[in-house]
Amino acid sequence: MDGVFKVKIGGQAGQGIKATGLILAKIATRSGKHVYTYTEFPSLIKGGHNLIQVLISQREVTSPSKKNDFWIALDQNSINLHLEEFKPRCGILFDEEKNYDLSKINKDANLYPVPLVKLAKSVGGSELLSNTVALGATIAILGGDLQIFKELLSEQFRNKGEKIVGMNQRAAEEGYNFSKENFKDKQQNVLAKENTSQRMVVNGNDACALGAIAAGVQFAAIYPMSPISNILAVLAANQEKYNFIYKQPEDEISAINMAIGASVAGARSMTATSGGGFCLMTEGYGLAAMTETPLVIIEGMRPGPASGLPTWSGQGDLRLTIHGHQGDFPRIVLAAGDAQEAFFLTMEAFNLADKYQLPVVVIVDKNICEDDRSFSIFNTSDYKLDRGKFTLEKQENYERYKLEADGISARTIPGTGNFFIANSYEHTTIGYDTEEIEEVNQQMKKRMTKFQTCIENEKTDSKLFGPEKADVTIVSWGSNKGSILEAIKNFPNANFLHITWMNPFPAAQVKNILEKANRIIDIECNFEGTLASLIREKTGIEIKDFLLKYDGRPIFPEEIIAKLEGVKI
Amino acid sequence: MTQLADLATKCSPNWCPGCGDFAIWAAFKNAAVAKGWDNTNTFLTAGIGCHGHLLSFTKITSFEGLHGRPVPVATGAKIANRNLNVFAFTGDGDSLAEGTNHLIHACRRNHDITIILHDNAIYGLTTGQTSPRSPHGFKSKSTPSGNLDNPINPVTLAIASGATFVAREYAAHIPKLSDLIIKANDHHGISIIDVLQSCITFNPGYAHEFYQNNTYYLGKDFDKTNKKQAFEKSLEWAMPTGRQGEKQIPLGIFYEVNEPSYEAQIPQIKDQSLISNPPTAKDITGLLKKYT
Repeated sequence: MDGVFKVKIGGQAGQGIKATGLILAKIATRSGKHVYTYTEFPSLIKGGHNLIQVLISQREVTSPSKKNDFWIALDQNSINLHLEEFKPRCGILFDEEKNYDLSKINKDANLYPVPLVKLAKSVGGSELLSNTVALGATIAILGGDLQIFKELLSEQFRNKGEKIVGMNQRAAEEGYNFSKENFKDKQQNVLAKENTSQRMVVNGNDACALGAIAAGVQFAAIYPMSPISNILAVLAANQEKYNFIYKQPEDEISAINMAIGASVAGARSMTATSGGGFCLMTEGYGLAAMTETPLVIIEGMRPGPASGLPTWSGQGDLRLTIHGHQGDFPRIVLAAGDAQEAFFLTMEAFNLADKYQLPVVVIVDKNICEDDRSFSIFNTSDYKLDRGKFTLEKQENYERYKLEADGISARTIPGTGNFFIANSYEHTTIGYDTEEIEEVNQQMKKRMTKFQTCIENEKTDSKLFGPEKADVTIVSWGSNKGSILEAIKNFPNANFLHITWMNPFPAAQVKNILEKANRIIDIECNFEGTLASLIREKTGIEIKDFLLKYDGRPIFPEEIIAKLEGVKI
Repeated sequence: MTQLADLATKCSPNWCPGCGDFAIWAAFKNAAVAKGWDNTNTFLTAGIGCHGHLLSFTKITSFEGLHGRPVPVATGAKIANRNLNVFAFTGDGDSLAEGTNHLIHACRRNHDITIILHDNAIYGLTTGQTSPRSPHGFKSKSTPSGNLDNPINPVTLAIASGATFVAREYAAHIPKLSDLIIKANDHHGISIIDVLQSCITFNPGYAHEFYQNNTYYLGKDFDKTNKKQAFEKSLEWAMPTGRQGEKQIPLGIFYEVNEPSYEAQIPQIKDQSLISNPPTAKDITGLLKKYT
């Protein structure tokens, strides 16, 4: 990855590893750089081994990388367990008083011993403050601006009072000054300031929550589950200011049923979960479809089955979302490739749910949920909230499930004087139970007609990156996008088809692109290549070349490069 | 004002003749007429079971959901529009088996909804299996040699779970049940009525005679605000008391206290309901600044 400087911070869970990495990412962003961060942590709150990689560049960075230029090692494991991730001349910053075993490190490595704990204690802090000292020391080595760091510390700890802010800032200064004095000859300009337009640093969880707020969400019921738990944290923290309600329910079944109840009563409603929670929600998924209730569901994937790998990433839930629940019904399934897509797809999902009166799933994965990355500040000025056919007026002879050419009947809410039964049983146009053949057929066709209307009215395109004609076409989805974009920079004869609309599926367009391809490689983070199977189902095209990974780790650009080199283009 | 005729739909009840659901339906409609509940102010939810058919026979806007889930749908609707008068109809299979979790949590949150639990101690719609209310030893299609499970007591469960209005009535006492439904609905916070009913087709042991012979009303002196006493009283269910011939199933309000409802504690809906304004796209520029 040319022109990208990669810093990895490692330590014990509870040492503030992720927070430290995020501050470094913001320092870099405020210095005009692009950043990408990638976190690895086990499903433990304290005592486990946590890592964050921060990639910094003058150009856009879209993926993590295997090798690192600089390490901040806050424990012995950060060194011992990751020797293969060090570049030969990697910088290693560590606490010189901890007597770490450095014998296995390459002799060309640049060592930066700093008395982290001692400096933390010198400003009145505990050992916990040593990460701030370490970051201060790192900023000096990388040519960064201490003032930006101090501003960020002030913003982060403002609520905890002047004293805490001051102590943190002094800790940063101590580290900074130590490096300036002791490593004069080993300084770089990775963080040198550049004048660029302002950017933001955001991950997919925050992006989904922000997208929901921007789209006017009124009710969210979300049960905590990795990797989406932070969606609810952002929603809960902002509910009063933006006048919506977040409710933590007793389980995912209640989450989806509460959201359905709120939606029927007239509130823009959502829920979010991971695959395991979605299994519980599948019951309510079909209920929303049968009662024609608008609902947005964020599904953050992690490897399964069962508890699987709770804090790692996977892409095994495509078929679950497309086929979950018994019987036939229309559902829209969208899959984001990064936090920015997650933001805009979430906003769009609310309009789609309202327009077509059905459940809309936005799939993300753990890497999207938790990898913070710099983007241009999200601009929502083009967004037009669309509630579809909706009335609050009392209608003569109102029929909730009236047969219409486009399959969409006017929706209303309880309390308007309009009588209807939102019915999970097959129903008449009013909503009464029915088993009459004609009525049963009419209602099934009506619901499925909405899906056709959606296909006709919506731009369901996938996106092709790279040249229109190429020797190799990569097809993929989700967070693999970033690594693939990074990898194909080295291959002018490769292009990449990124699919975001999974249901309805852009079959004609995908077929058209893949028919032109000389060689297709399907890249996914699952065992069976589900997207490839969906492509075969929808287009008849059989993909025979795969790069599949199911160990929870991201597909790194290096692995894609190796694969492309293997096919000799 | 709502008239009984206004509540009629084109559907005729399909319950078995003699089913307790007729009586509950009648009692509810009488209450609706008395209080003016209609399509401008009231919303009903139901789960799956014989009880759920009530929605089709009652012309008040409703949601017929899934087995065990009428309570979360009702709570979601109430949070979205606290001006709505929300009822959840459910059954002993519906909210004491499949949806017990929801019932318990709705009670402890004190949502301002009214739950009417059709309690016939049998699965009627699936033609006669043991329910969580069936007694130990009960013989049915699913327990031909006798039920090995002990029954749940919904009154005890509701009190233990934090419900603020807990009552029991026998379905065929229609005027009394109407009054009780009104009282329950007037209560701010969650109210739950365990309505004992006969399933004359599949549960002859709990026929009308059984309830007529074994129920009695809690006296005027019964202190409804004493939780410990309410809990103790709720445990009384056809159990040997040592006194021959004594009626052993208490009816009436076991527990009633005023505590802030869930909805009354949400600042966002203090002055007006959530849906009193339509959703609008929000300017999040200020929020995005935190990410720079």
